[in-house]
Amino acid sequence: MEANKEDFKYKKRAFLSAQIDLSKFNKNDFEKATEEEKKQQDVMGESRTFFQDGMRRLRKNPLAMMSIFILLAIVVIIIVAPMICPYSYDTIIRVDGKRDRGVVNLGMMQYSDMEIEYMERTGEKLFPHIFGTDSLGRDYFIRCIYGTRVSLSVGVVAAIMVLIIGVIYGSISGYFGGKADMIMMRIVDVIYSLPDMLLIILLAVVLNENLGPLIQGTVFESLGSNMIAMFIVFALLYWVGMARLIRGQILQIKKAEFVLAARTIGTPNGRILRKHIIPNCLSVIIITTALQVPSAIFTESYLSFLGLGVSAPMTSLGSLANAARDSMQSYPHRLIIPAVIIVLIVLALNLLGDGLRDAFDSKLN
Amino acid sequence: MAKYIVKRVIFAIITILIISLITFFVMNLVPGGPFNGEKAKSEAVLQELNARYNLDKPVVQQYFMYMGKLIQGDWGVSLKTGREIWPDISARFVVSAKLGGAAILLALGFGILLGSIAALNRNKWPDRVIVFFTTLGTSVPSFILATILLLVFCLILRWLPVWNPDNPNYVLPVIALSVYPMAYITRLTKTSMLDALSQDYVRTARAKGVPQGKVIFVHALRNALIPVVTYLGPEVAYIITGSMVVENIFTIGGLGGAFVSSIINRDYTMIMAVTMFLAILMVFANLLTDIAYKAIDPRITFE
Repeated sequence: MEANKEDFKYKKRAFLSAQIDLSKFNKNDFEKATEEEKKQQDVMGESRTFFQDGMRRLRKNPLAMMSIFILLAIVVIIIVAPMICPYSYDTIIRVDGKRDRGVVNLGMMQYSDMEIEYMERTGEKLFPHIFGTDSLGRDYFIRCIYGTRVSLSVGVVAAIMVLIIGVIYGSISGYFGGKADMIMMRIVDVIYSLPDMLLIILLAVVLNENLGPLIQGTVFESLGSNMIAMFIVFALLYWVGMARLIRGQILQIKKAEFVLAARTIGTPNGRILRKHIIPNCLSVIIITTALQVPSAIFTESYLSFLGLGVSAPMTSLGSLANAARDSMQSYPHRLIIPAVIIVLIVLALNLLGDGLRDAFDSKLN
Repeated sequence: MAKYIVKRVIFAIITILIISLITFFVMNLVPGGPFNGEKAKSEAVLQELNARYNLDKPVVQQYFMYMGKLIQGDWGVSLKTGREIWPDISARFVVSAKLGGAAILLALGFGILLGSIAALNRNKWPDRVIVFFTTLGTSVPSFILATILLLVFCLILRWLPVWNPDNPNYVLPVIALSVYPMAYITRLTKTSMLDALSQDYVRTARAKGVPQGKVIFVHALRNALIPVVTYLGPEVAYIITGSMVVENIFTIGGLGGAFVSSIINRDYTMIMAVTMFLAILMVFANLLTDIAYKAIDPRITFE
């Protein structure tokens, strides 16, 4: 031992040991870090959650942001427009309380003769018919607004129903596995292989006829039996895709160490599902739900177009387009406006769904 | 392989039976029979008609009687027109099949071509243009496309004649039907082509000095087409159901139109016949796809 290492003794390392030979160092080699140096070790950036990270990526995607903007704009318009516009979707326009025979089939921004005469007489400005009027003399703008409301809400409600049923069914099946999983997945296989459009049309017609008397006098009556029939059809047939996806995800996550750890300390099954497994499937759930909305809108407009959708005087974009077919040569704008709205909504939702997938699906990054 | 096929065939038959059960009982839930429409008929006549078509028997018994006949190839008689259903359905099927077949071929040809171009020019302008149009293509419902095509080309520009059963012009209906599957196949081909191009065997082929064209068509494209093949089964289902509106718009007398009108007319035997016919077609299309999928991709093992 040398003098300057007096009170400091490191053991000499064992023969052929791979450890650092501490006997080569002395006390001066090991200084305490100053406060300033300690600070340098602190993490500088704020920690970001998974959701924040995804949102940051989403914000960099111009197409997805534009879609969000378009969808928000549509939602604002369909909420605000009926408050401003004095016309209603199901009433025939009257001028000064009197029936106006000239108000039918007006072009965009046109007034009928009686309305012009009324405005000249009283000096009062009548609200313009932005998209004209239909063959019964109803304001077409407000009908389009209500049609969009119906189509969008069918899409959103259907997606939420698919979400709830699919997630519960898929997570039970995937988490418990074994016989329960086998039986539940056979049921899914059968529903999956049914020709959906045939059954949707059949069920929509049958339910529509049977539901009418059932819902009379309840809150559902105002929705109309067609709408409810459509919701039931979506709930019965469309959840299987979601259930399959969730089950696949859960089978993967189930094997992860953190689930094993939770199970070792005796966490009950329900809590493991809610706190550990489902949050980890969240990205898949969000993306699939977002893409479910346009497909439900597609189906709804398709049914309405065949005359099997929502019942008059309520309307949807599909039934507006259907009604416009008879006179499409003379009044093409009545067909084109609902068509453009459907395409715009579906396109925006599809692009948003793609954007969400790029932003939130960790496997793609 | 044989065991797998047998299992799948049994599953397909069970599916068809379930569809027949659902359709038959759901159909009978509709209030009002096929004969209480139009003119009021006397009680006696109604009873006579119901007895003639076995509609006075319990539903379960009706079901077994119907299925018994169907297995022997007897599709029954239309309750509305009183004519045999089978000649009617088969004639309509020929029309729908021509339309659908042409649409599928068009969609496949252009889809694979455009998908490969997009994959080979990734992130360059051809890719961006193709991606734009495929996104648009999957966002336009077939009924809107069909109506707009009819309006523009038949009624305004008058380039093409309106549908006429004696001298059919398939151009517009086929375009309307094929746009969605074409867009879908393009996306599918692009994704799987990109995947195939990054595989080791493609790199090996390039390293060996295989010419570019051969690498693309023989090594990459053949493997990239596997997902497209699996899409073809459900595709048949799409084309047939999608044709309901297209046939309606162009007033083509095909199967889709028959299904919709039979539901509106409550023509029980016709609804049942069309549903069963389409269901058998779709289930077996799916069955063939599943078997073909396993046959062309040796990586998939038979459980």
